[in-house]
Amino acid sequence: MKASQSISKPAVITTPNDTEIRIERTFDAPRDLVFRAYTDAKLLSQWMGPRKYKMTIEQMDVRPGGRWQFTHIDTDGTKYGFHGEYREIVRPERIVQTWNFEGMPGESLQTALFQEHNGRTTVTSIVKFERKEHRDGMLASNMESGLNEGYDRLDELLRTVH
Amino acid sequence: MKDDTLSATFQAVADPTRRTILARLAQGEATVQELAEPLPISQPAVSKHLKVLERAGLIERRREAQRHWCRLQAKPLQEVAVWAAEFQQYWDESFERLDELLKKEKGSHQ
Repeated sequence: MKASQSISKPAVITTPNDTEIRIERTFDAPRDLVFRAYTDAKLLSQWMGPRKYKMTIEQMDVRPGGRWQFTHIDTDGTKYGFHGEYREIVRPERIVQTWNFEGMPGESLQTALFQEHNGRTTVTSIVKFERKEHRDGMLASNMESGLNEGYDRLDELLRTVH
Repeated sequence: MKDDTLSATFQAVADPTRRTILARLAQGEATVQELAEPLPISQPAVSKHLKVLERAGLIERRREAQRHWCRLQAKPLQEVAVWAAEFQQYWDESFERLDELLKKEKGSHQ
């Protein structure tokens, strides 16, 4: 039996310019199906977000100008709300939608592109923020040099400070 | 309220010089002079960056024996750090679940 590749590869997250984040991931499925997983509420609610969250979709009107809204509910009951509007739906190639995370500053515009090669589908999501600060702030600690090494120490520090 | 804290933190850490300063302070308290030394900018320029960091609540300054000391106030930074780490984790876990769902859906359509 051929060993199947079961180790999942992390999403490749990059910053192509000042205000954008690019998230790329390849799935072992045809484009039609992957596109459906993004646009069918019944499927979307089965994968979007960490497993520990319960997801409710309040609204999902998949057409240009249609609104969408969903909520993640953490195990302790904390709710995280997201909402926005679909701007462009080109089946099964492209979804453009606005994106708001309640509690975070700034609205972003997210373009998801679906490309199929040999039965596998690469989804490229480009998240464009209104301001560089909104994007950088989110990524500063995680992806850029400098602070990274500081974080272990920061954890120690937090324990002593508080 | 939380919004404002995050915005101020975002602006403060959007600058590479200020990130360098914060990384240094994550290792412990330092004097303004010590912070300025490795940086390729003038001391007044360093002072400006320190003011921004202080306004954002990211550092605390004190004066002792004619020296200015800076100390990291890590709480606002931690909020951003938690959020950034969660971003990658959020998508990785979501996509793993999507892998499983696609596998299941592919099977049911064959």
